[in-house]
Amino acid sequence: MSTAYPFGFLDEYAKKEVRRTTLKAVAIPGYQVPYSSREMPMGRGFGTGGLQLTLALIGEGETLKVIDQGSDDSVNAVSLRSFIEMTCVGINTTTKTEEADLIQSRHRIPEKVLREDQLLILQVPYPDPLVVVEPSEDKRKTLHGEADYSRLLVKLYEDIVKFDEITISHRYPTRINSHYVIDSSPIPRWDVPKLHQSSALILFGAGREKKIYAVPPYTKAEPLAFEDVPFRVENFTDSIGQRRSCQRCNCTSSFLDEFIDSTTGEKVYQCSDTDWCDTQQSLNRSTQAATDSENVSKIGEIAHG
Amino acid sequence: MDNISNTRTDKVLQVKNLSKMYGKGCHACFETTGPQYNTNICAHCGSVVAAHNVSFDLYKGEILGIMGESGSGKSTAVKCLYFDQVPSAGSAIFTDEAKQYELFNMNSAQQRHLANHRFGMVYQNPHQGLNFDISAGGNIAERLLMSEVDNYAAIRARATELLARTEVLPERMDELPKNFSGGMQQRVQISKALAINPPLLFLDEVTTGLDLSVQAAILDLILEIQHEQQTAMIVVTHDLGVIRLLAGRTLVMKYGRVIESGLTDQILEDPQHAYTQRLVASAL
Repeated sequence: MSTAYPFGFLDEYAKKEVRRTTLKAVAIPGYQVPYSSREMPMGRGFGTGGLQLTLALIGEGETLKVIDQGSDDSVNAVSLRSFIEMTCVGINTTTKTEEADLIQSRHRIPEKVLREDQLLILQVPYPDPLVVVEPSEDKRKTLHGEADYSRLLVKLYEDIVKFDEITISHRYPTRINSHYVIDSSPIPRWDVPKLHQSSALILFGAGREKKIYAVPPYTKAEPLAFEDVPFRVENFTDSIGQRRSCQRCNCTSSFLDEFIDSTTGEKVYQCSDTDWCDTQQSLNRSTQAATDSENVSKIGEIAHG
Repeated sequence: MDNISNTRTDKVLQVKNLSKMYGKGCHACFETTGPQYNTNICAHCGSVVAAHNVSFDLYKGEILGIMGESGSGKSTAVKCLYFDQVPSAGSAIFTDEAKQYELFNMNSAQQRHLANHRFGMVYQNPHQGLNFDISAGGNIAERLLMSEVDNYAAIRARATELLARTEVLPERMDELPKNFSGGMQQRVQISKALAINPPLLFLDEVTTGLDLSVQAAILDLILEIQHEQQTAMIVVTHDLGVIRLLAGRTLVMKYGRVIESGLTDQILEDPQHAYTQRLVASAL
C-alpha cells in the first residue's frame, strides 16, 4: 500500500528524539525520562506512548506483534497493527511470539519466555507509581531521586491491615536495579516476575504523560513487599485446591481469564495469551496424533502378530 | 544544676547564629528590626527577619524551652533545625554516636535521612504531623518504613507498643486519626515521632488548644519519655506553665531575637528584660 506518510508516520526528528530518550531510559533503569510525545491520529490513552516507541524503533524487514489483553485480535490491537502496517512499508506482522522482533503490548507479557533479540514495548497509562500518594509532580521527583518509597509501602501496609493481603491487582510497584520504583503498566501481578532478569529489553511508553522508561535485560526487578509478607502472584486454584486449567488447551501454567458461559451461566477459564493457547492446542493435537498413530501401528502389530 | 556547665561532653546540638529571612534583604535589615524597634519588618526593603542570631546548646536528656509571643520566630528556629525550612545563615552541629553532622551543609537526601532516622517532630496541629487518610498504625508504620524497617509483624508490634505507651487503646490502631479526639491525635503524633527512638525531639506548641486535663497528661508523658530514654528535646511554646514544668533552660524570643536566656527558674523568678517581666507578671 502506498501512502503519503514518511516511514513510521513520525518525522525523522521525532523518531530521533524517541530513540535518544530510549537510550537514556536504558542507561538509568526505571527512571522516567520525559519526552515531547507527538500528537498521533488517535486519542491519548489508546496506546500512543507504545505506538511512538514502536514507530521510532521498527525498521524495514522486521516483524511486529501487537497484543491487547493478551489477544492479537482485540479491537485496539487490530487497529494499532493496521496503522503500523500502513505507515511502515516493508515490515511484517505476526501473531506468533517467537517470530516477532518487536512486541507491542498492553496488559500482558507473553507467556512464552522472550529472547535476547526481542524487544517488548508496553503501553502505560500512568507511569508514576507515586501519583497515588503524592499529587505534586515536583515533590514526586524528589522522592524518586532520594528513593523514598516509604509512602508506597504504607499503602501496602494498609492493604494488609484491611484485607490481610496486598490487593493491588495490576500496576504493581516494582523496584528496578535497587533504586527507582516503576509503575509496571497494567500488567497483572502474574507478569511482574517476568521483568526480573528478563533476556529481552522491556520499554515502557506513556504517551499522555510524556514519559519513557525501561527495564534493561538482566536487571533486577523486585516488587515492593514486606520481609514477612512476600509478593504473591494470582492464585488459580479452585475450591478443592486444584489448579484451574484452560478450557481450550488444558494448560495449567498460564494466566487465565474468567468468563461466564452465556448459555450455561457457568464460570469458564481460558488462557489470556491467545498465541500461547493456540500453540498449546496444536501441541496437544500433535501429541494426540502421535499417540493415535502409535496405537494404530500397535493395532497393526497385534493384527499381524 | 549541672546542665549549664561548659565542661559537659554529651552535647547533642550546637546552634550558632541561626537566621531566617523572608524577602530580598538589605544592609539595614538587622539594624532596623528587633525588639528595640518593635518590629521584624525591615523599614528599607520590607523583608521579614523571622529569626536572627539564635544560638544555643542542647545536651543529652535536657529539655530546652523556647518562649515568646506569636511571630517571635520560635517556630521558625525549630523548623529550620528539622529541615522544614532553609535558614538564611548560621550553623548547627548535631552530635550522634560520636559523629558530628553539620546540619545546614548536608544535601537534602542526607538531611532527610538524618531527620527520618534520628529526629522526631511533634507539631501543634496534628494535621501537619499525621496523614489523616491512613490509620493511626499506618502513620507509625510510615515512620518505621522511612527508617528501613520492612517486617510487617515487627511494625505491628512496635506500633502496638507505642500506642500503649502513649495511652491510646491499641484496639483503635487501625482506625483513621480523624475519628480520634484532639488529645488522642496528639498522642498518636507523639507515638509517630517516638517510633524510631530519636535522640532529639522537637515539640512545637504540643499542648496548645487542648483542655487542661489532657494537657497535663501529655506533659507527664513527655517528662516520662525524657527520663526513660534520655531524649534531648526542644519545646516551643507561649505557655509559661509548660515552660515551668518541662524546661530546664529557656530562651525568650521577641521579634526574631533572643532577648533572654538562662535557667528556667531564674527567668521566671527574676526576669531581666522588660518584655519577660511583663510576660511573667501577666501570667502569674
